[in-house]
Amino acid sequence: MSVDFSDNHFQLFDLPVSFVVNQAKLTQRFQALQRELHPDRFASATAAEKRWSMQAASLVNEAYQNLTKPLSRACYLLELNGICIDEETDTQMDSMFLMQQMELREALGDAPEASDPFKALDSIRADLNQGIDSSAARFDAAADSGDWTTARDVVREWQFFDKLKREVKSIEARLDD
Amino acid sequence: MALLQISEPGQAPAPHQRRDAVGIDLGTTNSLVAAVRSGSAVVLANHDGDVSTPSVVYFAEDGTAIVGREAEAQSVVDPMNTIRSAKRLMGKGSADLAGTWLAGHYTFDTGDEAMPAFVTQAGNKSAIDVSAAILSRLKTVATESVGGDLVGAVITVPAYFDDAQRQATKDAATLAGLPVLRLINEPTAAAVAYGLDRDETGTVVVYDLGGGTFDISVLKMQSGLFEVLATAGDTALGGDDFDEAVVELLSSLAGVLDLEDRGAQRRALKCARDLKEALSDQESVEVDWDIDGSRSWQGTISRAQFNTAIEGLVKKTLSPCRRVMRDADLDNSDISAVVMVGGATRVPLVRDSVSEFFNQTVLTDINPDQVVAVGAAIQADVLAGNKPDSDLLLLDVIPLSLGLETMGGLAEKIVPRNTTIPIARAQEFTTYKDGQTALALHVVQGERELVDDCRSLARFELSGFPSRVAGAVRIQVLFQVDADGLLTVSAMEKESGVLATIDVKPSYGLSDGDIESMLKDSMDYAAEDMHKRLLQEQRVDAERVLEAIAAALAADGEDHLDDGERAAIDGHIELVSQALSGEDGDAIKSAVEALERGSASFVERRMNASVKQLMAGQHVDAVVAKLEESEEP
Repeated sequence: MSVDFSDNHFQLFDLPVSFVVNQAKLTQRFQALQRELHPDRFASATAAEKRWSMQAASLVNEAYQNLTKPLSRACYLLELNGICIDEETDTQMDSMFLMQQMELREALGDAPEASDPFKALDSIRADLNQGIDSSAARFDAAADSGDWTTARDVVREWQFFDKLKREVKSIEARLDD
Repeated sequence: MALLQISEPGQAPAPHQRRDAVGIDLGTTNSLVAAVRSGSAVVLANHDGDVSTPSVVYFAEDGTAIVGREAEAQSVVDPMNTIRSAKRLMGKGSADLAGTWLAGHYTFDTGDEAMPAFVTQAGNKSAIDVSAAILSRLKTVATESVGGDLVGAVITVPAYFDDAQRQATKDAATLAGLPVLRLINEPTAAAVAYGLDRDETGTVVVYDLGGGTFDISVLKMQSGLFEVLATAGDTALGGDDFDEAVVELLSSLAGVLDLEDRGAQRRALKCARDLKEALSDQESVEVDWDIDGSRSWQGTISRAQFNTAIEGLVKKTLSPCRRVMRDADLDNSDISAVVMVGGATRVPLVRDSVSEFFNQTVLTDINPDQVVAVGAAIQADVLAGNKPDSDLLLLDVIPLSLGLETMGGLAEKIVPRNTTIPIARAQEFTTYKDGQTALALHVVQGERELVDDCRSLARFELSGFPSRVAGAVRIQVLFQVDADGLLTVSAMEKESGVLATIDVKPSYGLSDGDIESMLKDSMDYAAEDMHKRLLQEQRVDAERVLEAIAAALAADGEDHLDDGERAAIDGHIELVSQALSGEDGDAIKSAVEALERGSASFVERRMNASVKQLMAGQHVDAVVAKLEESEEP
């Protein structure tokens, strides 16, 4: 991108680089930026200005999405701290955690066959949300103390929960249709 | 509906400054054009005195295209040369025709896989040709009404239109000689008209069931900002399908098995449409169906019978409803209003089913046929620059995921559905063979895992990067979706910074070269006129660029440019002025392009500076004023 937007996504919205984000302020800054940068503001501008506006508005959209979702925000913080979370690499996962994952996965597989599949899925979702909340809290603590290795391990677990949650959604969609 | 009062009296720009722009709802069965007049958006009446023009085109033997009511009158007499519902075929390939409503009603030339054509007495006509004829007619209605040229139009498309369908719509406008200010989504346009009219704040669902398409969008609206949270739909489901279902009902009651004659089919459809409309406010209707001149059927159809006939279709709209709510992570209790748009929402069963689904009374007090055109007109007025103080801003989303074909025919998502646009995503590729200098990409759109189940958009062939050992070349491919929801792909070799050459083969529709040659061949433009028109367009464009640059230089040229840079830009300006005094359109174009290249870094510097200031939260108002100044000198 030729635009000199070397700022990181937090700076873009004038926010401190931190896992805890003031969502109201983020949204308000996002809207203020889009009100100025969006291509609709440049509909009768020159080609160069239009191009710039599209790139700038794209970046602001990307950054906003990235910071709004807690998991992507956590991943971004790892990235800013030079930590790579490659899903392919084989790291030792906690065996308790793996056990829990297997149970959840099994429950997910059985859910469509349950007498009330939506209720079964809701209960799985509640478990997943609990896991996600706990991951977020542990990530926050680790990031706070600068323990990026722990933070990375937490994110990897979090990604498992997130993936299962997306599967819950797609099973619901299949049951609906 | 009430006229939309969108500006305070006295705020409207002086007449000589006005730049006329219109909003066009290019519908499956009817099309409308609207414009903002003295602060209010009004739908413009056509030559027949109607605000709604049937989206029907009759191709006469001499090649003339007749549009609207007059064409519709030919529908029963000369069905094969009277094209209706062409929108259903926009952006579709020959393979998509099988089993569709259109396949049963017209003869097609499917020789071009990427673009089937209706066979008419005036030759083969693609859906783009048919749409261009409709747009051209609406353009005439508009220019006569505003009494001058248009700077452009905002054209609405179903939110669930994929890239090929959007591109086809834009191409139709190009063929009609109508500059497109923006393609916006129909439910979003409706939300704008509704939201500004009521000054609504909250989360609103727009249920838009038109003649041939269905959309459902959830939007958050707040002080002029319309943010689409999620959208879903079905681009082959609408009121037309209700009519078909009614024809089936009538046929079974009358014991008619052989509705093969095209004229009889059209008569049956007309009868079904009338019945559908009558049953919207009556419990039962007497039908007198003239089947084919020699046979007829009389009887009574109750609303309950009608409901049974369309029940399955109405139910089909509810699964996208569930999907948007799930995608937006919302419950019914989060929804402050459900707005009904499109003629088919007059059907009581539709209203009842949607009310029941969202567990609240749906809003039916706005004109469901006009609200989309009105919203588009409001947006067109803002985009044309007539409302510098407007706080209207639409943030829309991409309806279907964009992806790439990977090994084993799988689709890898690059931009997931419901991502806010514009958006750019970069993906890096490398070579897998020594000395490889080309790379093929297949871009698809859709939610399914397998490429074959998704919509193929285009195949890109990247070439021209350096020959190296396998894995040493790193090619960054950038997917940019613009504010119209259209995708462009660019590629760069990362080490050398060399732009790779891209050869694009769209899977459906026209290539840029096709459009150019069609424009040149178009009977509307004799070679001489075409030349003059292009020259005129280059001139207007050049003058706009000159004005914008002059304003920017005057505002803060000194802050951003040293003497050498300033002299270089002045040199380019001089060359454009010189070219403008001549008659050579190409020379003007290349001088303008040189000026734009030469001033690109200046433009970037001053805009970045404005943004930096904005982000620092200082003097926001001053920056806003400055940006607007540079926009509209």
